[in-house]
Amino acid sequence: MISEPKHASEPSYLEYKGKHKGILAWILSTDHKRIGLLYLYTIMSFFVVGATLGLLMKLELIAPGKTIMEAQMYNVTFTLHGIIMIFVIVIPGLPAVFGNFFLPIMIGAKDVAFPRLNLLSWWVYIAGIILVLIALFTGDGPPDTGWTFYAPYSFKTAGNMLPAVFGAFVLGFSSILTGLNFIVTIHRMRAPGMRWLKMPIFPWTLYGTAWIQLLATPIIGITLLMVAGERLFNIGFFDPALGGDPILYQHLFWIYSHPAVYIMILPAMGAISEIIPTFARKEIFGYKFVVGSTLAIAFVGYFVWGHHMFTSGMSGTALFAFSILTFLVAIPSAIKVFNWISTLYKGSIRMETPLYWALSFIFVFMIGGLSGLMQGAVAINVHVHDTHFIVAHFHFIVFGGTGFAFFGAMHYWFPKIWGRMYDAAWANTGWIIFFIGFLSLYGPMFYLGLQGMPRRYYDYDESFHGGNILSSLGAIIMIAGAMVIIVNLIRSARKGAPAVADPWGGRGLEWKIPSPPPLENFDEIPVIK
Amino acid sequence: MEVHRDDEGSKIGMWLFLFTEMVLFSGLFIVYSVYRYLNREAFHQAAAHLDVALGTINTIILLASSATIAMSISAIQYQKKKQALALLTATVVLGLVFLVNKYFEWGEKIGHGIYPGSETLASYGHGDVLFFGLYYFMTGLHALHIVIGLVFIGFVIWYIAKDRITHDNFSVHENSGLYWHLVDLIWIFLFPLFYLIT
Repeated sequence: MISEPKHASEPSYLEYKGKHKGILAWILSTDHKRIGLLYLYTIMSFFVVGATLGLLMKLELIAPGKTIMEAQMYNVTFTLHGIIMIFVIVIPGLPAVFGNFFLPIMIGAKDVAFPRLNLLSWWVYIAGIILVLIALFTGDGPPDTGWTFYAPYSFKTAGNMLPAVFGAFVLGFSSILTGLNFIVTIHRMRAPGMRWLKMPIFPWTLYGTAWIQLLATPIIGITLLMVAGERLFNIGFFDPALGGDPILYQHLFWIYSHPAVYIMILPAMGAISEIIPTFARKEIFGYKFVVGSTLAIAFVGYFVWGHHMFTSGMSGTALFAFSILTFLVAIPSAIKVFNWISTLYKGSIRMETPLYWALSFIFVFMIGGLSGLMQGAVAINVHVHDTHFIVAHFHFIVFGGTGFAFFGAMHYWFPKIWGRMYDAAWANTGWIIFFIGFLSLYGPMFYLGLQGMPRRYYDYDESFHGGNILSSLGAIIMIAGAMVIIVNLIRSARKGAPAVADPWGGRGLEWKIPSPPPLENFDEIPVIK
Repeated sequence: MEVHRDDEGSKIGMWLFLFTEMVLFSGLFIVYSVYRYLNREAFHQAAAHLDVALGTINTIILLASSATIAMSISAIQYQKKKQALALLTATVVLGLVFLVNKYFEWGEKIGHGIYPGSETLASYGHGDVLFFGLYYFMTGLHALHIVIGLVFIGFVIWYIAKDRITHDNFSVHENSGLYWHLVDLIWIFLFPLFYLIT
């Protein structure tokens, strides 16, 4: 179906020598592949930081009372864990790394529409990270509000909020620029013959994501600016003492931050939709439904933010509306799961590491999704609000969903990115350790939450001890698994066996070009028939 | 690597960016409408403090500047470089006059002790605090956009002088016009919300 592009023996993008040398050849490169890797290395470095903070929290919770830190230190730790994990890692996550690297290749283009803007977004991203780090190391102590910056505490606390809030604003700006770039790229640069409904699923999900990035992020931008205004000038937007309404802050915050969940999960679903057909050696089942459900999630996702605020005070009508909309948004997600399962049905399945990740993704995503559906029901929501049940739910979605898909995509496209194969035995070992660790880390939290253990406290009642021990042990196991995976990937990128152009028998354009790809991806723009 | 040029693409990119700007301001419009609903009487009274004449003059100035930048885009297409430069300079001057007016308007209010966090304003009550908080925040953010727009137009003037923008390559120029119209459009909404609804 796809004409074979021809290749000269030109150097790969990894070896290409431009006008800059050394590290400058990377941090000043406008090549979408190098920018993708810049994001990858930044994200992985901060993943280590965020995961360490998470581990410290779990160590604190291994026994009731003070274990390794005081209450204030715990507040700071979960705040930084949240800010780093959400704004620095998961939101840029798949689009910035694999989107940048593979979007142009998968639609048959030589680069994104605005390569220089693309490099700028990485620099803006770095500027945002620096601001967050400034918040950490200067002023009267790091932020302690949680990543949600709830008013009025966010402008009353002595913690150094301003740089953190500003950093989140700048990171949002970077996200907007990436989304803008992807939309124009997809509209303008698809290869001849690649009609909309011939486009692979991963670019489709990036397209849905990009629209959310574009139309939801400015809301958090202006909200964070208002919080900055509160702190600097004492304006009173969200301060009850001056007539402001803190609930209004929560609305504005979640109008962005709920769609942001779909910024995280849609590209993850896209990566899974690439992996499963390749290893089932079939076309994806119900392509049009997968595309349609992607757009439906992106659209309906805008209208469900209220379910974060069922206990904050809302009219009965609003409760009903947000509840039913929350149920609705589950339908397109379920359609995707059915399509993945149907793709596997009667497929000629080849078990490789990416498929292990994809299958475990479906497993944890279903647990996370169904527990989310439970919270669409107002009664249950009120019961489990701000308990560990919520912590378990969103870690199953954000970490179990996006994180598993990220690792799956990492292994799936690894041969293409570095031109080398990873060590499959170690990769599988890492996966099973990680998977067991993940389930024992977050699984008990569902139980603890239903028992009534609140989130965001460094201490708890003796009766919650058992579940917390299991959870903390799970954290240690999971970190061990993550170390096996990451060390294996780093070692394989340097020493692995050379990879062929198409090690998996994949169908996309990315498998038609050499591994690693040459600088301009294609000698001649491919024509899709 | 051959240079990739796609005027249509860059225009789509600009439009998408304008969408984000509109959503950015719409957050403030939501806050405005909520607090107007909650403090009807106070917003009503507070708006009477603002100088309608000055606001009207600024509206006319911005509309005129939108016209001059639109004309400069036509001029460049007809290869009238000097005319395009003159019209863009007029746009910049009008933008600066707008800012000067804004400066005096704010200065006068601050002179009377009406600014966020002041004792005088707090003594007026919650509705006035919120009205003037929104007034300073929204017109301030708008003024910031004017400044960014002026810098953008400054670059366009430079590019035209250097012949990097010409009659067959003017998408940057056109995009600066789109941006300037958006800044104008936002003012068209700010003006009645703060000055006229009394």
